[in-house]
Amino acid sequence: MPFKRYVEIGRIALVNYGKDYGKLVVIVDVIDQNRALVDAPDMVRGQMNFKRLTLTDIKIDIKRVPNKKTLVAALEAADVKNKWESSSWGRKLIVQKKRASLNDFDRFKIMLAKIKKAGVVRQELAKLKKETTG
Amino acid sequence: MSYKYHQFQVVGRGLPTETDEQPKIYRMKLWATNEVRAKSKFWYYLRKLKKVKKSNGQMLAINEIFEKNPTTIKNYGIWLRYQSRTGYHNMYKEYRDTTLNGAIEQMYTEMASRHRVRHHCIQVIKTATIPAKLCKRESTKQFHNSKIKFPLVFKKVRPPTRKLKTTYKASRPNLFV
Repeated sequence: MPFKRYVEIGRIALVNYGKDYGKLVVIVDVIDQNRALVDAPDMVRGQMNFKRLTLTDIKIDIKRVPNKKTLVAALEAADVKNKWESSSWGRKLIVQKKRASLNDFDRFKIMLAKIKKAGVVRQELAKLKKETTG
Repeated sequence: MSYKYHQFQVVGRGLPTETDEQPKIYRMKLWATNEVRAKSKFWYYLRKLKKVKKSNGQMLAINEIFEKNPTTIKNYGIWLRYQSRTGYHNMYKEYRDTTLNGAIEQMYTEMASRHRVRHHCIQVIKTATIPAKLCKRESTKQFHNSKIKFPLVFKKVRPPTRKLKTTYKASRPNLFV
């Protein structure tokens, strides 16, 4: 199984530990075997250990250590935000966040919606059963 | 990023006497964990170089030196003198880091691990930022590649906070990226 996601300049990674948990950052340069210089539009450029990063499939085209303006422009041009939110990984994270922030009324609404959906599915199943046995 | 070793600039001189109204002022840049240690280190080194002690000298200034560009990666060369079990040796080491304090911390931990040399047996002679062309060590030169690319081979999955850590897991971890 060859590797598909490489640490390289322009690779988008997700922070999976620490203060910036859940942020998407760009690897802007590699310090050494364990650390990278990462940058994101809303944070000061800093170093991060690879153990705190999970690489994604998205890669943007930047030169080594671009300045902030160029970086933001490149992120816009590659449309990273939309690509991430439409990817299955990104969508799952959004759903997780939504579920964690529900209040009781939302959970009640979800319960009703689930019951309704199950009712519709059962109706269709009953129809199919009648066709095969009848 | 909090660093253990801070860089201080310490300025001091011997006390003025009848024979020497204006003694020479000496300045040193050194690394210590705090100001008190820095002052102590200053007198230690000054004693070895000049005929002056803390009891007949005075501290004029002590300031912490901060990194000017902590967002750029630099190659640091550190010249040091250390005491091994058999004698004193000089060494030159290179580190890639964003700040000099970080590089010094790397040096201390590396000397402790590779040579079993403790912090008090190491004297930093000189430090410098080295341009990429003049780096001598392969381990720093291998990162001087603008198109650097490598995969992360073993990816241990960690719980995102230490609170979610458990001693036992239901299944074996998947280490592939």
